[in-house]
Amino acid sequence: MGLKNMPNDSMAKTLIVAVGLCLVCSIFVSVAAVKLKPLQTANKLADKQKNIVEVAGIPLQGRSISEAFASVEARVVDLSNGEFADQIDPAKYDQRKASKDPKQAQALSNEDDPAGLNMLERYATVYLTRDEQGRIEKLILPVRGYGLWSTLWGFLALEGDGNTIIGLSFYEHAETPGLGGEVDNPSWKAQWPGKKVYPLAGAGAAVSSATWRPRRGAKDLSFEPAIRLVKGGVSEDTPDAQHKVDALAGATLTSNGVSRLLQFWMGENGFAPFLRNLAKG
Amino acid sequence: MSDTRKVLAEPVFDNNPITLQVLGICSALAVTSNLNTALIMCLALTAVTAASNFFISLIRNHIPGSIRIIVQMTIIASLVIVVDQVLKAYAFAVSKQLSVFVGLIITNCIVMGRAEAFAMKNPPIPSLMDGIGNGLGYSVILLIVGFFRELFGSGSLFGVQILPLVTDGGWYTPNGMMLLPPSAFFIIGLIIWAIRSWKPAQVEKPDYQIHAVHRTEAA
Repeated sequence: MGLKNMPNDSMAKTLIVAVGLCLVCSIFVSVAAVKLKPLQTANKLADKQKNIVEVAGIPLQGRSISEAFASVEARVVDLSNGEFADQIDPAKYDQRKASKDPKQAQALSNEDDPAGLNMLERYATVYLTRDEQGRIEKLILPVRGYGLWSTLWGFLALEGDGNTIIGLSFYEHAETPGLGGEVDNPSWKAQWPGKKVYPLAGAGAAVSSATWRPRRGAKDLSFEPAIRLVKGGVSEDTPDAQHKVDALAGATLTSNGVSRLLQFWMGENGFAPFLRNLAKG
Repeated sequence: MSDTRKVLAEPVFDNNPITLQVLGICSALAVTSNLNTALIMCLALTAVTAASNFFISLIRNHIPGSIRIIVQMTIIASLVIVVDQVLKAYAFAVSKQLSVFVGLIITNCIVMGRAEAFAMKNPPIPSLMDGIGNGLGYSVILLIVGFFRELFGSGSLFGVQILPLVTDGGWYTPNGMMLLPPSAFFIIGLIIWAIRSWKPAQVEKPDYQIHAVHRTEAA
């Protein structure tokens, strides 16, 4: 009995159609996914470079993004002691993969995890640019944290003092378009430059060796992040305006997520030890 | 040939999926805050509707009634995944802005509605045309909504500044509400009103009449 003569609702025909359709569709989808993968990976890389160049405000001066990115130095930092971990090649190290790999990342306890990361990797890839004297001019730190629907993945760019913000930009998130999605809005992002992460003016530079304390020891107040998002707008007259940024309208949970991820990444489990080491010189 | 033209043109104004059938509103609210994303969404949806209608119609005589909805969904979902992958490869920036809404084409009632209402009963070529026609009907409304929202919300069209903004030293104060999803509701409502005033026949569809009588009785 041929397929044509089989009644459509017979068990055999139903199974044949279901299995056949699934096979054809899965081959179709897999071929498309595999064939397009290289292009997508290249897009992602280009997008990441573009984000780093833009968040740090590196002038293009007619260069392409990848040319401008050539002046950026990628280094791997050991988050456990804040030292450069130069035994790891930043070109090969994939921080995102490491953050999900139980061998390379540690589970965070609830109180240590305000940003909802669950796991924290030991090594982070940071980017920096240097001035003519070889001093660090700009620092671009990877940050991430949970908002309302999704993990926000982004970069925080700091001046060489390790305290003044150049910009904050997220390259991947799935927050509500028009509400939490406004983290991408240029006018919101324009509030960030010039804000300070830490409470003391120029904390990074001013900290003397006497104030260093071991990780998780007594709190080092000069490296307790003060930067946060607040409701109701921030003007020059707002007290402590240098540590406050206007929250997103209609997106409380995304705004809280941004505040908390900055608290985490600029705190003792994040980049505070690294910034302290840089300040030490 | 005139049949083909009718199938193609009818969904644009006479039987528009958004304004008459009131389907696909969700994405019409979400992706119309600027014309770029609206246009890409239109292309994606038109491609999916056309292709899904075509393929479903090809095998319509072999689809068992008991699993027909699942068969339709499988075909639609595969097409949507492929469209999403293509966008990620060739239009990365836009695909990031569209985020979940490309994936949500799977649940767009227009695609499924046309598969069930037209492609299951008609040959492949007319089904393909019907898909394109309905895609165009959706696109026309999305682009009109996108035009107003981007022009009055950001003072630009396709990202090109038309009305100089106050913040850039111009005279136009953008209407922030236009960038929020509810504004699309108002605009679509006004479009429906305009089309039904122009073509009163659309107001008098039997399904609506039954509904109206029922409501009067209830009152």
